Amino acid sequence: MNEKDLRRVAAARDRIARVLTAATMFAYFGFILLVAWGKPLLGNLLTNGLSLGMLLGSLVIVLSWVFTGIYVSWANRHYDVHVERLAGKSKSGGGT
Amino acid sequence: MNGVQTSLGATSGTAIAFFLVFISATLAITGWAARKTKTTSEFFAAGGNVSGLQNGFALAGDYMSAASFLGIAGLVATSGFDGLIYSVGWLVGWPVVTFLIAEPLRNLGKYTFADVVAYRLKKKPVRIAAAIGGLTVICFYLIAQMVGAGNLIKMMFGLQYETALLIVGTVMLLYVLFGGMIATTWVQIVKAVLLLGGATLLALLSLVPFGMNPLALFAKAAETYGPEVLAPGKLVSSPLEAVSLGLALMFGTAGLPHILMRFYTVPDAKAARSSVFYATGFIGFFYLVTFILGFGASVHVGRSAITSVDKGGNMAALLLAEAVGGRPFLGFISAVAFATILAVVAGLTLSGAAALAHDLWVGVIRHGQADEKEQLKVARVATIVLALVAMGLGLLFKGQNVAFMVGLAFAVAASSNFPVLLLSITWRKFTTRGAVSAIVAGVVSALVLIWMSPTIQVDLLKNPTAMLSLKNPGIITVPLSFVVGIVVSLLFPEPEAEAKYAEVERRMHLGAEDAEPAAAE
Repeated sequence: MNEKDLRRVAAARDRIARVLTAATMFAYFGFILLVAWGKPLLGNLLTNGLSLGMLLGSLVIVLSWVFTGIYVSWANRHYDVHVERLAGKSKSGGGT
Repeated sequence: MNGVQTSLGATSGTAIAFFLVFISATLAITGWAARKTKTTSEFFAAGGNVSGLQNGFALAGDYMSAASFLGIAGLVATSGFDGLIYSVGWLVGWPVVTFLIAEPLRNLGKYTFADVVAYRLKKKPVRIAAAIGGLTVICFYLIAQMVGAGNLIKMMFGLQYETALLIVGTVMLLYVLFGGMIATTWVQIVKAVLLLGGATLLALLSLVPFGMNPLALFAKAAETYGPEVLAPGKLVSSPLEAVSLGLALMFGTAGLPHILMRFYTVPDAKAARSSVFYATGFIGFFYLVTFILGFGASVHVGRSAITSVDKGGNMAALLLAEAVGGRPFLGFISAVAFATILAVVAGLTLSGAAALAHDLWVGVIRHGQADEKEQLKVARVATIVLALVAMGLGLLFKGQNVAFMVGLAFAVAASSNFPVLLLSITWRKFTTRGAVSAIVAGVVSALVLIWMSPTIQVDLLKNPTAMLSLKNPGIITVPLSFVVGIVVSLLFPEPEAEAKYAEVERRMHLGAEDAEPAAAE
């Protein structure tokens, strides 16, 4: 029973970790490939002093941090609760 | 100074004053830390008493090297947009560390990443292989830092290269030898705060004439040097090369021993998680500020003035400090750059000492059976050995262009340490042979491919052509290491290791069974 619970918690964490890793890779490699293939495109000025490339590059930096924040807040609100419950159970249950 | 009015390189009173204040403050911290460093756990992991926020600063301190501060600002100053490509690449590894590595590492290991890999595998072969992977990365990183330190200090303070190495090596040795991880952590925190604060102040000062609007500064740079400074330039040529470099930067961070070691200094997985969030914020902010500094230097100082002082543009941020804040501010920023180098070298040395003492001496030579007193003694001897090695490498590579060695360190970390770490915590069927062969394949292939690349063959050895046109090996070596690890594990199954995976999975999520629930807060 306990083992099954742990599996479920582990699977939930794996899922969110995988989705966020994929999202980060998509943002970063998307940017890199645009730099390699779309140089003129990225050089377009959006406004005086700001090119599309600069906006996208800064956005990848900001997004990396936002993704990290999403993970941390998810883990604090959901994952920790289950982990504490499971850890408590294994202690009082005495089984391993 | 070839037509540029600068006091850079002239021994400046303010620089030395700031520098002495920093050294005395950090040595005082070391003295305080030395009284609290009585056990191996305190020496290598600060007793697990560092808070999430403190560790966030310390991680940022370990990561923000002089190369990223001065190098990226210089790259932006001389070529514009392209500096941003490096900034982005150096940041995107941090989310990966958060999602995949930080928490399992904290829950499964003690002092080194080898602890995690060796958890359910045969200890000795895994520890030897992981220590080789770790020490290879540390050595390349140390060479880049020490040679950079010698050159920078020569340019900033007018000191001899050898004297500079001796100062860096000695002060760093004092921190680590007596204060262990507690002192090293606080040196990183002080340095991170100084660097973040100094860089921000410098950016604000350079924005004053532009009404604090960065876009107005960028527009001025585009007006002076042409609109191409805001567009991608020559740095990334082929998509293959770009992705290959990207792989090494993204996954290399998750394989750097001195970064991974920091997760053992916090009390639990929750603090490990929040510390990476803080660190990612600090580092991301720092890179964005660096971008402003680069453009600031090209506008306030001018490109020809920057390259006349140093061809690589490495002095851009310092010249900017003098241009917008005068000599005292130059002195302050120079001292901050020096502190940056010292702190990074201390972190690297400590993680190397952990690989030598904890993995190789205690884990392999003493079969895991060494008393507390011996462990601490060996840790200190290993620290002295590494400090000497660092200074020796600095002398050996004097005058060489070693900028590629940071890239090499990242390539090796991404293709040996990261794959085995990830496989050992996520894949039930991973085996001892799989781990050892994955590390060996990663280290050897990365070294051989870089040896064959234009970076070594053309730039360094001045051969007309290289055996391989690829400059960054990541796109071959990262998948290779994974494939070797998986195939070897499937060919030679290890039922004992598979059986122990349930325990790994349990501990990875729930932490050590003997941990007190109260520690979760």
